[in-house]
Amino acid sequence: MTSEIVLQAFRFGFLLLLWLFILAAFRVVRADLFGGRPGRVTSVPPRAQAGRKRRGPRHLVVTAGPLSGTRITLGEQAILIGRADDSTLVLTDDFASSRHARLTNRGGQWYVEDLGSTNGTYLDQQRVQGPLLVSPGQPIRIGQTVLELRS
Amino acid sequence: MVTPGPGTDPRASAAGSGPVPKRRGTELALLGFAVLITMAAQCIVDITMTGSLTSEVATFGAWFTALWLVAHVLVRRFAPYADPLLLPCVAVLVGLGLSMIHRLDIAGDQLGSNSSGEDAPVQLLWATVGLGLFTAVLVVVRDHRVLARFAYTLALVGLVLLAIPAVLPASISEVYGAKLWIRVAGFSIQPGEFAKICLIVFFAAYLVDKRDVLALASRKVAGLELPRGRDLGPVLVAWAASILVLVFERDLGSSLLLFGIFVVMLYVATERASWLIIGLLLFSGGAFVAYQLFGHVRVRVDTWLDPFAYADEGGYQIVQSLFGLGTGGLFGAGLGGGRPDQVPVAKSDFIASAIGEELGLFGLVAVILLYLVLVERGLRTSLVVRDGFGKLLSAGLAFAVAWQVFVVLGGVTGLLPLTGLTTPFLAYGGSSLVANFGLVALLVRISDAARRPTAPPAPTPPKLTDAPTEVVRP
Repeated sequence: MTSEIVLQAFRFGFLLLLWLFILAAFRVVRADLFGGRPGRVTSVPPRAQAGRKRRGPRHLVVTAGPLSGTRITLGEQAILIGRADDSTLVLTDDFASSRHARLTNRGGQWYVEDLGSTNGTYLDQQRVQGPLLVSPGQPIRIGQTVLELRS
Repeated sequence: MVTPGPGTDPRASAAGSGPVPKRRGTELALLGFAVLITMAAQCIVDITMTGSLTSEVATFGAWFTALWLVAHVLVRRFAPYADPLLLPCVAVLVGLGLSMIHRLDIAGDQLGSNSSGEDAPVQLLWATVGLGLFTAVLVVVRDHRVLARFAYTLALVGLVLLAIPAVLPASISEVYGAKLWIRVAGFSIQPGEFAKICLIVFFAAYLVDKRDVLALASRKVAGLELPRGRDLGPVLVAWAASILVLVFERDLGSSLLLFGIFVVMLYVATERASWLIIGLLLFSGGAFVAYQLFGHVRVRVDTWLDPFAYADEGGYQIVQSLFGLGTGGLFGAGLGGGRPDQVPVAKSDFIASAIGEELGLFGLVAVILLYLVLVERGLRTSLVVRDGFGKLLSAGLAFAVAWQVFVVLGGVTGLLPLTGLTTPFLAYGGSSLVANFGLVALLVRISDAARRPTAPPAPTPPKLTDAPTEVVRP
């Protein structure tokens, strides 16, 4: 009788263990998708964080070209765009130079600079000569690739 | 839509905002959990089947723990930013497989029908060899992009590996009618398993090179963008190669696997659904011809359509497997409580039905979810990694696992004809296990590159903020 109970405990206990593992794995997946562990969000004052992020655009999104759909979260650091492997956004575009353009953050606003590329960088229809202020939604065109800032 | 992981977030690598989370702690914790699950399974099997625990369990546990500890330390050392879920999922799958094989060993001993001896220790040994390959790949391949340079060499290696069993005499290469083995001095190797990985690397490198041609040049026929005739070359070659495998090695599984992987990688590289349709048409044509020409294909299809009509001959396996799954029901018979040993070759081809019988639908779904997590991490790596070769390679590797699981589980449950592919990581079989360890090592390597924070460009140009010019807003 007792052995029967033990067997049943084994049977369901093991399934429970297996599913707990899957739950743990899904928590990691979730943490990766939404950033930070679910339980840890409260440790950062949410308002302060939101306030800091509100300033200016938060993502650089590729809207056309082979990398279309790629999204890069903007931080403080400059974004280097080109065919070189160490670029932040590595283009596979035949019309892009290896170091093509740079996006730089200055006080929450982003400026695009052409780094002496062969075929040029265009903001809207205008060829970028010196650093130009990019506002969210303005298309930056490099070869076949079109990028824009999104908040 | 790509949501950047911690590795791609430039904010994370900015000075002062702290180090990027490597998540190695998460990995270690989950690996511990995986070892716990495996040990629980082993103990339950022993207690249920023999009524006692022997010291073998402790030996096994120590070995198994050491295995994953070593893997973890290696990842910490050589791929610190790697995805934290890849190894733990593999650990649970390998552990479950080992427990199931151990359980079938005991059943064989008790019935006195165990001709091949204990298989679980052998499988553990193979896992150790697999760890060796894992180590070698991580240590040698420091940057996955290097592999693209050896693409054509690897393609040659892959083709040679595929062809070896076809050339060898049947006494060395034939098991159950499929000529895909090399059996030397008690060891049997399926070179096709390694060929698979070599060919995926080649496909990725080739398609990165040629994808613009394959994607852009097209004619529109009946609303469908069709590629030009001359661009059909590679897909036709892949198709012909898989047919040749089928003819000379009588192996449905590898043939289906290779062709499926190639078509899907073509689709991933070009984003054009017409390749999938072309692939499907070629597949249907090939399948129809194979059905007409080859007896063994016809047997497989007939037993698939009506297994119970052939229950005493070709359909015996599948019928037993279906009975097993039925007996298992929702919660299963409990580890050691069923009779999965009734299915022929339960340790390798039919291990999924053994798990279905003993752990029930809940257990089998859990196993499928483990594969799902593994594949999801692979595809996610493919989204996050920044170079085209890495993207295609990780997508191809992840798809290979998914496709294999689908085809095997489809076969075991009667959804698809039986093919003789192995369930990755679970099934008994050295080559499959070792090759899949290599596959995971590649995924770990690429995911490390994907999540690694971007290094700032070496010659730091003067900051825009320091420039004396004033930007005039329009």
